[in-house]
Amino acid sequence: MNALPLLRIGDVLLVSIQIELHDELALRFQRELAEKVADEGVRGVIIDISALEIVDSFLGRVLHDIAATTSVLAARTVVVGMRPAVAITLVELGLSLHGLRTALNVEAGLRQLGIRRLDVSGEAR
Amino acid sequence: MGEQQRHSGAEVASFLLEHESEVIGSWRQLPFFDSGDSDTAQIERDCGAVVHALAEAVRTGDGDDPAASPFNALRGLFMELAGRRTRLGDTASEIAVEVGKLKRPVMRLWKSVGGQRGVEETALLVDALGTLRVAVMEIAVASGAELIQQQQEQLLELSTPVIRLWRGILAVPLIGTLDSARSQIAMESLLQAIVDQSAEVAILDITGVSMVDTMVAQHLLKTVMAARMMGAECIISGIRPQIAQTMVQLGIDLEEVTTRAGLADALGYALTKIGYQVSAPSGSVGR
Repeated sequence: MNALPLLRIGDVLLVSIQIELHDELALRFQRELAEKVADEGVRGVIIDISALEIVDSFLGRVLHDIAATTSVLAARTVVVGMRPAVAITLVELGLSLHGLRTALNVEAGLRQLGIRRLDVSGEAR
Repeated sequence: MGEQQRHSGAEVASFLLEHESEVIGSWRQLPFFDSGDSDTAQIERDCGAVVHALAEAVRTGDGDDPAASPFNALRGLFMELAGRRTRLGDTASEIAVEVGKLKRPVMRLWKSVGGQRGVEETALLVDALGTLRVAVMEIAVASGAELIQQQQEQLLELSTPVIRLWRGILAVPLIGTLDSARSQIAMESLLQAIVDQSAEVAILDITGVSMVDTMVAQHLLKTVMAARMMGAECIISGIRPQIAQTMVQLGIDLEEVTTRAGLADALGYALTKIGYQVSAPSGSVGR
């Protein structure tokens, strides 16, 4: 069962995390996402974490690893919608997540991936 | 409480109640009750309340406990009297001296009307009057602390306005001395405003900050990092020359942070960043 729906929109894979990710689930998510990116050859991944109230150092690490992995697979990952409290916690933990792309919301994330408008036919740009 | 003590307490209490009007007469001129603008009837009511509370306290044997119910009942009155003096700038010890002046007239009266009063009774009366002083002192200190607390909260509210300079551009002008609490609040309100207004650029302007130590610098850097993780860029502007020197001497690394000399430069940079072009109208000279 797929706990986290990976939605493909054009060339972009959109994941909205709506549940608390415990360690095991986070690792599974990392694996499944990498497989999906490799299978479908998407160019960008957007991970929406606006619903997450807690991001611990492990999950921070996982997000960072996902970004690095997809980068190897020629897809850019943008983490969007991080809450202020989460950002403060991660900074206090000393995790600045260098190299991780971030954006305020999904729209800004799409813009950062170079996609201004999504065509109804599913073709990006 | 022993039989003897109860008896002494009752005797002191009845003395106070019997001579209430004389006590009031000797107290009402004292600055503790008479601040100059309250009317005589009110002053006499206040004095009466204190006399009754004292009598009640010695009768029940609570003459040495400032938290006992008779003294507690006077809280409102003391709060008003002591609060008024605190606001006028009197310290808690000055107020305590005023309360101490209530003792002498009562003792004088005690001596003049008492035929053969025991040491026990005198001690009870002295204790009760002393406790009165402690009770007032406690309230005076508490109301002073309350005032400071209030002012601190007001200061915190005042100190961190988040200003929207443009659609997608926020600024926080920081002013005065930054301590941990203030920078924490500035950080939180800025980050929240970034979310609320979907701002892509935030400017931390420290023109009004008189001193930057490692703690403050650390907070500024944390804010910049946190904003970056949320997907916004944070610029620091208005670092004064002396502060820049201090920061360098302290070894604070602002390498990763975008900085601009003044708020105007920062705004220009921010506008460019979100896709505007800043240029002077053709024909005019200067920036």
